[in-house]
Amino acid sequence: MTAAHYLRCLRGIVVREALRFLHQRGRFIAALVRPLVWLFIFAAGFRSILGVSIIPPYETYVLYEVYITPGLIAMIQLFNGMQSSLSMVYDREMGSMKTLLVSPLPRWYLLICKLLAGVAVSILQVYTFLIIALFWDIDTPPVGYISILPALVLSGLMLGALGMFLSSAIKQLENFAGVMNFVIFPMFFASSALYPLWRIKESSLILHKICAFNPFTHAVELIRFALYGQINTFSFMYVLAFLTLFLGIAIYGYDPSRGFTARKGGPAG
Amino acid sequence: MTPAKAPTPLADGTPALTIEGVEHSFGSTRALEDVAFAIHPGEFAVLLGLNGAGKTTLFSLITRLYHSRSGSIRIGGFDIRKRPSQALAQIGVVFQQPAIDLDLSVSQNLRYHASLHGMSRRVTEERMEAELNRLEMLDRADDKVRQLSGGGRRRIEIARALMHRPQMLLLDEPTVGLDVNVRQAMIDHVRGLCQGEDIAVLWATHLIDEIRDGDRVIVLHEGRVLAFGSVGEVTLSAEATTITEAFTNLTGKGET
Repeated sequence: MTAAHYLRCLRGIVVREALRFLHQRGRFIAALVRPLVWLFIFAAGFRSILGVSIIPPYETYVLYEVYITPGLIAMIQLFNGMQSSLSMVYDREMGSMKTLLVSPLPRWYLLICKLLAGVAVSILQVYTFLIIALFWDIDTPPVGYISILPALVLSGLMLGALGMFLSSAIKQLENFAGVMNFVIFPMFFASSALYPLWRIKESSLILHKICAFNPFTHAVELIRFALYGQINTFSFMYVLAFLTLFLGIAIYGYDPSRGFTARKGGPAG
Repeated sequence: MTPAKAPTPLADGTPALTIEGVEHSFGSTRALEDVAFAIHPGEFAVLLGLNGAGKTTLFSLITRLYHSRSGSIRIGGFDIRKRPSQALAQIGVVFQQPAIDLDLSVSQNLRYHASLHGMSRRVTEERMEAELNRLEMLDRADDKVRQLSGGGRRRIEIARALMHRPQMLLLDEPTVGLDVNVRQAMIDHVRGLCQGEDIAVLWATHLIDEIRDGDRVIVLHEGRVLAFGSVGEVTLSAEATTITEAFTNLTGKGET
């Protein structure tokens, strides 16, 4: 196997994922409507209730809409990561996971390709969202549109790896409602997506600790700083560490010799 | 090792597939016990067993979807545990459940598979044309798979399994759900491949009438190989006159 083989494999997986995504127009629209509802309705309602003081990376008082934009971007990626993981469970039941896994390329590489393909789709969603947000007066410094890209790749990988780890560990993710309840909602609300951490600290110290531990918080902060051309080193390291952790477990989970697949029950037939 | 190159015939007599002492359990349930047989290039081997005999489990072990804990599985001389990449590059698989993207076109599906084997674009297009031509489906390359009939989809899956020119073709109950004519056409097609291209074929089924004289037969029952050999040898060993009778004698059960 040469580098060319690896690259062709990556290209093939990304192309397939993109084609499938383009065929599911409903999924694309849903992925956009969700953060836009938060931005247009929720943020408008909360604007007057929640004051946000000047905290880095902001240099002036910002509107609540501006504050939650990075959180909504991370939410797009969180949903996308969970959706890919569900589609992996679906793929596994439908058999297309098998066509992937019988490829002669190493399995860890196939999984990373699959992750990257999911991240590419999520980045497409994020930029579409940012363009619409632009018309809602969410002013982002021009450099932010470029500097956000590496942050999106890293946070997308981390959230995608979380989904992949869940899909390898849980044989049947019953439906999306289960994932919403037990993964998406807790991660999203117990984070700095909707309110700054110092505000949470005023209400509850324990909740503050949970939020500060939540890797989603650091995905949000990484994106928030990147949107202003800055890097939040701590969040960067934190997201990187959790990416390594989740990816490690996911690769373990899909390894035929050690993983969860070997121990779980056999074929139905 | 390049997976994209044409198969080199195993001139030294190495079997295309060697299985020795393979066992597998799910929890406390024994799915396979001491399974052993070998298939040589150009042989059409029928893995005959009732539902639940362990056929799919065996396929999952050969394709490395499950890890084999005991015994050994070698594909073209490569041990699936020690050299999985080389071993997997030599097999083409058609799974029991159709595993093809219905909303993508035939050519998109084939290109995806080719990319998983790291094939270059030029080679991919050449092989795709050749395989679709052989199936007389070249004009349907741009159709969505959803538009094809059940038999058409299966044929595309066979074409896909052959894209990277494997030495060994594995098919797990590929005729399930197909009508009699389509089923026959498909068996004939794969037999043709087996003879014309010197590919070894492992064809799992529970339908005894898919066996022809000259095939190799492996009777798998409750996870054990009860008989292995040519149709004549298996019939003789079961003290029967036909292969159907042999299967009944061996398993104590008729065809389902």
